[in-house]
Amino acid sequence: MTDVLAVAEHRRGELRDVSYEIVTAGRELADALDGDLHLAVIAGNVDRFADDLDRPGVDTIYTLENGEEFDHNAYQSAVETLLARTDAGAVLMPNSVNGLDYAPALAESYDLPLVTDATGFAYDDGLTVTREMYGSKVETTVDVAGDRFALTIREGEWEATEGVGDAVIESVDADHPDSGARVQGFEEVAGGDVDISEADVLVSVGRGIGEEENLELVEELADALGATLSASRPIVDNGWLEKNRQVGQSGKVVTPTVYIAVGISGAVQHVAGMKGSETIVAINTDPNAPIFDIADYGIVGDLFDVVPELIAQFE
Amino acid sequence: MKVLVTVKEVAEVGDDFSIEGTEVAESDLEYDLNEWDDYAIEAAVQLAEAGIADEVVGVTIGPERSEETIRMALAKGVDRAVRVWDDAFEGQFADVESKVDVFEAVVDDEDPGLVLSGVQASDDAFGATGVALAERIGFEHAAVVNDLAIDEDAAVANVHRELEGGIEELTEVDLPAVLTVQTGLNEPRYASLRGIRQAQRKEIAVADLADLGLSADDVASALTLTSMYEPESESDAEMIEGDAGETATRLAEVLRAKGVDA
Ligand SMILES: Cc1cc2nc3c(=O)[nH]c(=O)nc-3n(C[C@H](O)[C@H](O)[C@H](O)COP(=O)(O)OP(=O)(O)OC[C@H]3O[C@@H](n4cnc5c(N)ncnc54)[C@H](O)[C@@H]3O)c2cc1C
Ligand SMILES: Nc1ncnc2c1ncn2[C@@H]1O[C@H](COP(=O)(O)O)[C@@H](O)[C@H]1O
Repeated sequence: MTDVLAVAEHRRGELRDVSYEIVTAGRELADALDGDLHLAVIAGNVDRFADDLDRPGVDTIYTLENGEEFDHNAYQSAVETLLARTDAGAVLMPNSVNGLDYAPALAESYDLPLVTDATGFAYDDGLTVTREMYGSKVETTVDVAGDRFALTIREGEWEATEGVGDAVIESVDADHPDSGARVQGFEEVAGGDVDISEADVLVSVGRGIGEEENLELVEELADALGATLSASRPIVDNGWLEKNRQVGQSGKVVTPTVYIAVGISGAVQHVAGMKGSETIVAINTDPNAPIFDIADYGIVGDLFDVVPELIAQFE
Repeated sequence: MKVLVTVKEVAEVGDDFSIEGTEVAESDLEYDLNEWDDYAIEAAVQLAEAGIADEVVGVTIGPERSEETIRMALAKGVDRAVRVWDDAFEGQFADVESKVDVFEAVVDDEDPGLVLSGVQASDDAFGATGVALAERIGFEHAAVVNDLAIDEDAAVANVHRELEGGIEELTEVDLPAVLTVQTGLNEPRYASLRGIRQAQRKEIAVADLADLGLSADDVASALTLTSMYEPESESDAEMIEGDAGETATRLAEVLRAKGVDA
């Protein structure tokens, strides 16, 4: 019997979706381990968060007041406090940007083997985790030695748990270590002239475009279709398009009627921003590109051949 | 201040590939410098150019083949490199902890004031090594940094951490620190011809575990890769076949049916 400790996440007063998903994943793991599911709610309006997270399957919710926002030192010491108190052997954390900022440190300090970005797991005498490699081109299973471990879960991979539960909610005093990393504030990336999340049709361009001067071609396509131009991250990193055109985890979430991915591989952080599109079209030379796994229509072909023909169809 | 940059040679899978056991066939792999580390290298070299870093040292855990990639880092301005390899790593799926064991030993030798690492390695994508290392060596840290300014007098790094949804967290991090660098932090340079020539004369010191005072037990991995396969498709996409003209005609039909028409 091993208990599971799952850690919730919030930002600027709101729980993030992954907090509800980690309840589902946590219950699944606790069932497999024949243990209880404890949930840690750290910093911010912990009482309100705990009420929201009191969902079926949660045994205990521990609330730790510790500032308003995420601070990795506060999170780490809070989780350590709870690990000592609950004797949980499995720690579940989100594979979010903040997860990346404390989960590895926690695993290191508590000497737990760490597997990140899990998309599934099974327990049978030992933990087997499913995760991807090579930009989602292959899936793997990884066995973990021992029965204590830390795991981070991919966001959006588990359904949220709905409904009202009957968890015991307990407030725990946390240490307030002087943090050597102090959050000074937040900044929203400039709005710019277009809002791609409002567009009905998006032509989205990725690294397959090769050179900045080739962007003209996809701009022409967008014009011909009456569509708005968006992009994957490398195009924005290169400074070829403004940040407000970026689709994905660190860009915008878009849900257009039609999303046309041109030379985009379909990395998980990109897909996070566009998988809710009604119809997804992908044009890519690589038949194994993961974008085809979520596409409704696919063309395996060179964008420099296909796009001009497509423009011609609409002129 | 010395800056240590972790530099990984990553494997990339070609368009067509086959899986043999728990690995992609060697002939279907291409090797390259990890994209995130390219940005970390650029950040380090810029610190040297600004007079903040007095030496930039690259460190890698990789077989002899990876020296090609390390040379690329040297050609971009890294002063010298340490390459760690040992039979003990051969064929094993290294966990984060065993890599941290190695990097800790290198940090002990080099005594850097700043360690720059990538957010993730594009092949196995753990996204964990830098932050775990920081914990081990008692440095502060920040993950997913897309803006960086060092204030030497105050002994802090002022960083932006790129959160989800276009929001950045502005954070002051005490030095010494490990920062994991996000793409877009800067514009990585191409190696110049002169840089490539100079790189041939720069030192790549090779160390095995014994040289670092470690043993195979220290780096035994808690993880075993037990299977690898192509993921099942979640959708049944209609794959449009034909030459460019034919596929464009069919796609235009589909798009018009969805109401797309300027
Ligand atoms: C914390 C974090 C946050 C991130 N946030 C985002 C985000 O918000 N948005 C985002 O997009 N990424 C994000 N990324 C990056 C992401 O992991 C990928 O690196 C990125 O999405 C890859 O972009 P791409 O598909 O354009 O490039 P690649 O992966 O390089 O793919 C290029 C594709 O073009 C195809 N191609 C090449 N030539 C042609 C041709 N002539 N015709 C047709 N196809 C061609 C190739 O087959 C390939 O599939 C994030 C990463 C991290 C770690
Ligand atoms: N074998 C390695 N050699 C050098 N650096 C590495 C190695 N593995 C990981 N790293 C560094 O750690 C970062 C994150 O890698 P990972 O945690 O494996 O996703 C990479 O961007 C590298 O800077």
